[in-house]
Amino acid sequence: MPEEIKAHITGIVFQVITKPGDRVAAGDPVIVLESMKMEIPVEAPRAGAVKEIKVHEGQTVQEGDVVAVLE
Amino acid sequence: MFRACRQLGLKTIAVYSEADRGAPHVRDADEAVEIGAAPARESYLSAERILAAARQARAEAIHPGYGFLSENWRFAEAVDRAGIVFIGPRPEAIRKMGDKIEARRLMAAAGVPVLPGSFEPVADVGAAEVVAREVGYPVILKAAAGGGGIGMARVDKAADLATAFAAAARRAQAAFGTGELYVERYLERPRHVEVQVFGDDSGTVVHLHERECSIQRRHQKLVEESPAPNLAAATKMGLTTAAVAGVRAIGYTNAGTMEFLVDQGGGFYFLEMNTRLQVEHPVTEEVTGLDLVVAQLRVASGQPLPWRQDEIVQRRAAIECRVYAEDPSKGFLPSPGTIQKLELPSGDGIRIESGVEAGSTVSVHYDPLLLKLVAHGTTRPQAVERMADALDRAVVEGVQTTVPFLRRVVASPEFRQGRVHTQMLEQGAFNA
Repeated sequence: MPEEIKAHITGIVFQVITKPGDRVAAGDPVIVLESMKMEIPVEAPRAGAVKEIKVHEGQTVQEGDVVAVLE
Repeated sequence: MFRACRQLGLKTIAVYSEADRGAPHVRDADEAVEIGAAPARESYLSAERILAAARQARAEAIHPGYGFLSENWRFAEAVDRAGIVFIGPRPEAIRKMGDKIEARRLMAAAGVPVLPGSFEPVADVGAAEVVAREVGYPVILKAAAGGGGIGMARVDKAADLATAFAAAARRAQAAFGTGELYVERYLERPRHVEVQVFGDDSGTVVHLHERECSIQRRHQKLVEESPAPNLAAATKMGLTTAAVAGVRAIGYTNAGTMEFLVDQGGGFYFLEMNTRLQVEHPVTEEVTGLDLVVAQLRVASGQPLPWRQDEIVQRRAAIECRVYAEDPSKGFLPSPGTIQKLELPSGDGIRIESGVEAGSTVSVHYDPLLLKLVAHGTTRPQAVERMADALDRAVVEGVQTTVPFLRRVVASPEFRQGRVHTQMLEQGAFNA
């Protein structure tokens, strides 16, 4: 089942760490958001392969926006 | 800042980004210049744009505040070169103290106690072992390029060093692009105590006593107070004497703060120097009855310090609580948004420094500090009661804030008894 990874806070995409096809473990950072001078990783909720990255660096995301999808 | 300028009959010019068009500081100024887009790099962190605004408005002096470029020696130098007065220390002093390794070396040479450890990054785990044996376990490994606690690791015994060293180096490499580490003695439950200092062009240096700032998250302060409770007279004397000796050794001018860690036995160690006015300066102002910003302006214009050391007395007790747009129930995650409702207490012994009002947007682009709540009284218990009451009455809606957390701190027996240390939050004290 594909699983959407959502931003848990509002912020700006600081860094996209993974790319489609990358394997991640539960808790691995997929992207890093920047909000109020803090860098906050958005982590994979479970192990799997990254299917899609929905954001690019510099983009503003709202809390709850889908930032990536796991296979 | 503007209050102090008005008191001295000076005109004020604000700079602001697109995001801050409606901010209170823009209206409060006599004049205001927009300097760029919301991201700080394109506005508040752009030395060129700030200098262009200063020239356009024919500013004679720039106060750098306490964030953004305030500790950037290149900015201070650029201001100098533009023929404008920088309200702060000389660029050279900012540069020296901004380099943490050089600062440590300079302070040790001036007789200021520093934490035992390596003065340089250690070459490898073998070198780390030698230093650790010298300073004694437990030790802490710190990323040379680090900050915010990233890449730090506590090591309790020699057998654990190799594994911890490899892990810390890997994390430092990932976060900062260099795996260089240093080794320092690890202090158990230390307090963060700092000394406000002030120097003028004639070489006079005074201190304005200490502030206790142990309650922190991510190595950033949440609560500050003065006088520091339960600080032995001998420790206090040692701290203020060392702070003055340290800044005198580097020919420091204007306001600055020497930060120290104080261990359980009263031993103290230089941590770093902030070469600017601090967020928590109102605490010292209320305790001493002196205006630090007015003094900054006078000293920057070449006048001598307005006070002698023996006139600077701790007359009152004061506490500051920082209200951040952060959610304490989620590990202090940022909480940007719009402030729907803002009700702030007022009354005897209450001072509010707020950058926001109802309707203000709290942007993702800037620091989450919304406002500072300061309570003061003739005694510490009176200041504590006033702070507890002020926090109860404070209402901020629309964003999550640190207010619920601050209420728990001020109600706690540890705080009431003045028994705080820097590791309390990570140990889960004040959890709901």
